[in-house]
Amino acid sequence: MGILEVSNVNKRFGGLQALGDVNLDIANGTVHAIIGPNGAGKSTLLNVLVGKLTPDTGTVMFNGTSVLGRKPYEINQLGISRVFQTPEIFSDLSVFENMLIPCFAKRDGAFRLHALESIAAEKQLIEKAEQMLAEVNMADKRHMIASSLSRGDKRRLEMAMCLVQEPKLLLLDEPTAGMARADTNNTIDLLNEIHDKRDITMVIIEHDMHVVFSLAKRITVLAQGTPLVEDTPENIKGHPKVKEAYLGEAAA
Amino acid sequence: MLGLSKKDTTFLLIVIFLTLATPILLQPFPENSALAQFNAGYPDLMQRFAIFGIFAIGFNILFGLTGYLSFGHAAFLGVGSYSVVWMYKLLSYNVLPGLILAVIVSGLFALLIGYISLRRSGIYFSILTLAFAQMSFNLAYSVLTPLTNGETGLQVYTDDPQVLVSEGSPLSPHFFGIVMNESAKIDVGGWQFTFSNGYYFCAIIAILVFYLSMRIFRSPFGVMLRAIKTNQTRMNYTGLNPRPYTLAAFVISGMYAGLAGALLAAMDPLAGAERMQWTASGEVVLMTILGGAGTLMGPVLGAGFIKYFENIFSKINDNILHTWFSALPDGLEDAVVFVLHPFIGKGWHLTLGLLFMLVVIFLPGGLMEGGTRIWNAITGKNRKKKQDADHHPKPSAHVN
Ligand SMILES: Nc1ncnc2c1ncn2[C@@H]1O[C@H](COP(=O)(O)OP(=O)(O)OP(=O)(O)O)[C@@H](O)[C@H]1O
Ligand SMILES: [Mg+2]
Repeated sequence: MGILEVSNVNKRFGGLQALGDVNLDIANGTVHAIIGPNGAGKSTLLNVLVGKLTPDTGTVMFNGTSVLGRKPYEINQLGISRVFQTPEIFSDLSVFENMLIPCFAKRDGAFRLHALESIAAEKQLIEKAEQMLAEVNMADKRHMIASSLSRGDKRRLEMAMCLVQEPKLLLLDEPTAGMARADTNNTIDLLNEIHDKRDITMVIIEHDMHVVFSLAKRITVLAQGTPLVEDTPENIKGHPKVKEAYLGEAAA
Repeated sequence: MLGLSKKDTTFLLIVIFLTLATPILLQPFPENSALAQFNAGYPDLMQRFAIFGIFAIGFNILFGLTGYLSFGHAAFLGVGSYSVVWMYKLLSYNVLPGLILAVIVSGLFALLIGYISLRRSGIYFSILTLAFAQMSFNLAYSVLTPLTNGETGLQVYTDDPQVLVSEGSPLSPHFFGIVMNESAKIDVGGWQFTFSNGYYFCAIIAILVFYLSMRIFRSPFGVMLRAIKTNQTRMNYTGLNPRPYTLAAFVISGMYAGLAGALLAAMDPLAGAERMQWTASGEVVLMTILGGAGTLMGPVLGAGFIKYFENIFSKINDNILHTWFSALPDGLEDAVVFVLHPFIGKGWHLTLGLLFMLVVIFLPGGLMEGGTRIWNAITGKNRKKKQDADHHPKPSAHVN
């Protein structure tokens, strides 16, 4: 029994079968990569998991509760956080304020009116936010407006915002896309470190095979909306069907 | 101090000083000088500065922080006025019960309108609020005549119950005996300063609610609202439901509007449906944008600016222009007056419209941005280096 069980999920966009009979069982504490060519349905699958899309059929169980029919903010409160393909951050706010929002959300739930308290009085949360920023090496950028960050830093900020919520399951949609090689390696180290330290289950979508093989304990290959194979990285590397469908061009 | 940072405390103290000294500061020209008509230090106008300042401060909590542009806030202004006049009719001319009732009723009304309108965002939200406000206007104007006295407007009649009125109670609005329309005139040299009870009553309330808005801006709630303006998607995926936050902001700003409407009726014991018309809703939008949406002080400046224009520019007529330019040769004098004519008197809207366009095009952050730029030019400070504490919105005024 995994932390996340996806059974018989189908999703059509008009005539396009974006997801077809997807079955997935993600073990607790693992790093599970989902790979596949462009348009394979990877982001669509994540959207189903976080409540952005409702599948046509099928079930999604997280820790024994169904996530289907719940609002994205409710699913987040169950313990699922998501890093987007293009970073979703509060670009008009400072880096530090960006970090505060998930801290408040974690403590207070969906809504609490703190209209008269001052932010400076929230010592514990401030400390928590600052620690997390230090962990992703962004402490010196705390006063910067988020929109002025580099692409890599925006991703790192988004990751920090997700991590500070201490999720049970972290979904990452191409966390290193658009990053320079050095930044990519930093992110790999960061994610490995986080995984070792916090015991978070991660589902990671990635095109960069270097990243996939550096992180994943298990890999599912998705093609045209359907899982082709699921196996360990070693076996995936040599798998003929995978080579044919995907790795052929990317890692041969 | 007072739960504010040192910088904010200083800022608040300056605002308090300026507000209390307004009757002197707005009277810069001696009584008999040619420029005396530009003096704004008379009670009626100063009260409007304070009242519409309150209206705009509240509107800014919604629009400036969350980006939701309401075109229906005048409805709450009207509700506030009606509440106060009803309290006059039923109880007495003491303004306190009316003010309390106005804030409560406008809050409830805002809860209803906000609950429905906030199901949509962007232009649909604006249209919904506009529709509600026009409905309220029409209800007040014709349907609910028993409550609002329709076209005539609600006022106090001698046969009203006024159960709390005893012998010797003041016969016009007062606050525990302090009569609003009484004032002390003091002559110093050629200057005349008017210190009116009504103005100071409004001014003290304005300071209190300004302080309140400062606290809201700096609170976790304030950051949440700004976060909603920037990215509702991230908000949702962070476990936060934006709706209750925007609704709370809507209700708070509705209560500010109700309070402003109540004060209008506290200065002049009348309430009419025209107060709820869409032009009044539009005016507060102009005030906020003109002054600088999302800044603390901007909306107040915008309110003052517009009310000043409305009252001072509209009074300039051709005769006054002729006296100003009498030094010019006759033909030229007539020509200048002819050119300026459309911009003065009844044409003040034209001048204001042009100014508004200039501000929106060249100073998207409003008068506050202008002020900051001038200040930085004087002090030689690099604009980019210092992050503004008042959180200017990005130049692209997003209406979310
Ligand atoms: N909202 C939508 N409406 C219609 N079609 C959609 C929608 N979202 C995705 N699709 C289509 O579904 C298919 C799967 O898209 P998806 O974004 O899940 O692919 P992906 O595997 O994430 O690809 P990439 O590697 O490029 O990110 C694509 O053909 C896409 O065009
Ligand atoms: Mg994708």
